Amino acid sequence: MSAEEPSTSLRAHRRLGWGGRVSAFRGVVWREMLRFAKQRERFVSALVRPLVWLFIFAAGFRSVLGLSITEPYETYVLYEVYVTPGLCAMIQLFNGMQSSLSMVYDRETGAMRTLLVSPFPRWFLLSSKLMAGVAVSVVQVYAFLAVAWFWDVEPPRMGYIMVLPALILSGMMLGAIGLFLSSTIRQLENFAGIMNFVIFPMFFASSALYPLWRMAESSVLLHDICALNPFTYAVELIRFALYGQLNTVALAVVVGVTIVFLGAAIFAYDPSKGLIAKRRGG
Amino acid sequence: MATDANNLPPLALDVEGVSHSYGSLKALDEVSLRVPEGVFAALLGINGAGKTTLFSLITRLYDNVTGSIKVWGHDVRRKPGPALAELGVVFQSRSLDRDLSVWQNLSYHAALHGMSRSESRARAEAVVDLVRLGDKMDSRVAALSGGQARRAEIARALMHGPRLLLLDEPTVGLDVKSRLEVVELVRDLVSKEGVGVLWATHLLDEIRPADQVTVLHKGQVLADAPADEISGEGTLSDAFLALTGREAAA
Repeated sequence: MSAEEPSTSLRAHRRLGWGGRVSAFRGVVWREMLRFAKQRERFVSALVRPLVWLFIFAAGFRSVLGLSITEPYETYVLYEVYVTPGLCAMIQLFNGMQSSLSMVYDRETGAMRTLLVSPFPRWFLLSSKLMAGVAVSVVQVYAFLAVAWFWDVEPPRMGYIMVLPALILSGMMLGAIGLFLSSTIRQLENFAGIMNFVIFPMFFASSALYPLWRMAESSVLLHDICALNPFTYAVELIRFALYGQLNTVALAVVVGVTIVFLGAAIFAYDPSKGLIAKRRGG
Repeated sequence: MATDANNLPPLALDVEGVSHSYGSLKALDEVSLRVPEGVFAALLGINGAGKTTLFSLITRLYDNVTGSIKVWGHDVRRKPGPALAELGVVFQSRSLDRDLSVWQNLSYHAALHGMSRSESRARAEAVVDLVRLGDKMDSRVAALSGGQARRAEIARALMHGPRLLLLDEPTVGLDVKSRLEVVELVRDLVSKEGVGVLWATHLLDEIRPADQVTVLHKGQVLADAPADEISGEGTLSDAFLALTGREAAA
C-alpha cells in the first residue's frame, strides 16, 4: 500500500490544493461567525461601546468643541459626525484585541492545536483566522453605522460601499497587531495589560476624537505621537472612504503596518523559528 | 512508501534519533520508535517523561531540529502538509469547542483538512456512528459527559480519514466504564480499519501482552518491544518499575 492509495473504509476525500484551502478558509470564517452569533453579549457590548461614545460623549463635546472645515469634510460638521469614523475604527480595534484574547484562550485550552495541526501552511491558517476576525468586525461596524444614521450621522450613500475596502484593510491591520500580541502573551491574565498599554493609548493618542491640528495646538509632542500611531491612519482611511475619497498616505501606512505585523505573527507562530516553540508544552 | 529493505509492513510512524530541549532542560534524548501499519503501539511513561513533547514534535507544534520524524514516509519537517494529512490526533487536554455542537466541531475539523461541506456531513454521520455517538450529533459539547466528549474527540480525529492515530493519555479523568469504552473503541479501529495507533499512557492496565510498547522515562527510551517480552516472567508493572527505578537511581 502506498501513501497515496487509501485502503480502509475510513478514507476520506481530502484536498490539499487550492480547493482544499478554500474549504479551510470557509471553515475558519464560518466558525468565527458562528461563535460570534452565539455570543450575543459580545455583539451587544461591541455595539454599546461606540454608541455610548456617540450618544453621551459626543453630545457633551458638541457644544464645547468647535471643528473648522477638515478634510474630507466640505463644510463644518457636528462633532458626532467627526467622531463616527474613529468609533468605527474603535470597534475594529476592540475586535482585533478580542481575537487576540481568543487566540490566547484557545492556546491555553488546547483548541489552538486543532487549527495548527491542519495540513495547510501556517501562514495560510493564520491569515484565514485574521480574515475571519475582520469579517466579524465589518458586521459590527455596519450595525453601528446603521444606528448612527438615526442619530443624523449620514455619510453619502456611496460612502457605505466605498468604506468596505477601507474597513477590511484597517481590520486586517488591527487584527494583525492583535495576532502578533497573542503570540507574545503567555497567560490569559496578562490581557489586562493589553487593555492598558495597547487599546487605550492607541485610541486616545490618535485622530479618532480630535483632528491632529487641534492636538498640535495643545501639545506638539502629543501631535507627533498621534502622527506616529498607526491607528490614526486606520481612522483616516475609514474617514476618507466614508466620504468617497482615498487618503493615500493612510492607505500606505495601513498596508505597510499590516505586512509587518502579520509577518511578525507568522514568524512567531512558526514552529521552527518563533516564540511559541521556545515554551514548554508538557 | 515507508517499507524497509527486509519487506516488513510499511511504517505508519518512524521516529529516529529525536531530541528536544526547553532551554537547558533536555526533554527528549535521542528518541527512536516505530509504529507499523495497523498496530496498536503504547508509549508508556510517567508524567513528565516527555510523551507530550514527542507528540508536539510529531504534530509539528514544535520543530524537530535533530533526527527525523516520518509519517507514512513523509518527513514532518520537509513535507508537513502530506504528513499532517495522514495524522489524526487526540490531545491530552480537551480541545473541542464547548459552545459548538458535535457536528459543528467535526465540520470545522473537516474544513481544516480540505474536505468539502457536502462530504463532511456524510463523513460525520459515519464517524459518530463508529464512536457510538449517533444520537449526539447536534448536542453541544458542553452537554456531553467526559467519556462522550472523549469519543467525540476521537470522531473528530477520524473525520479526515487518517492512517495514523495519536492519542495522548486519552482516558485521563474518565471513569472506569468510559475508560474501557474508549480503549475498546480504539482497538476496534486498529483491528477493523487497519489504523496505526500510538497510545501515550501511564496506565499499565490499558496495555495488552501483544502490544508494542515503548517505555519512555526522563526523555529516554528504556525499552522498545512487545509488552510480554518486556514483562518476561513477571508482570509489566514490575518490569516498568524495575526499568524506571534503575534509571532514576543512575
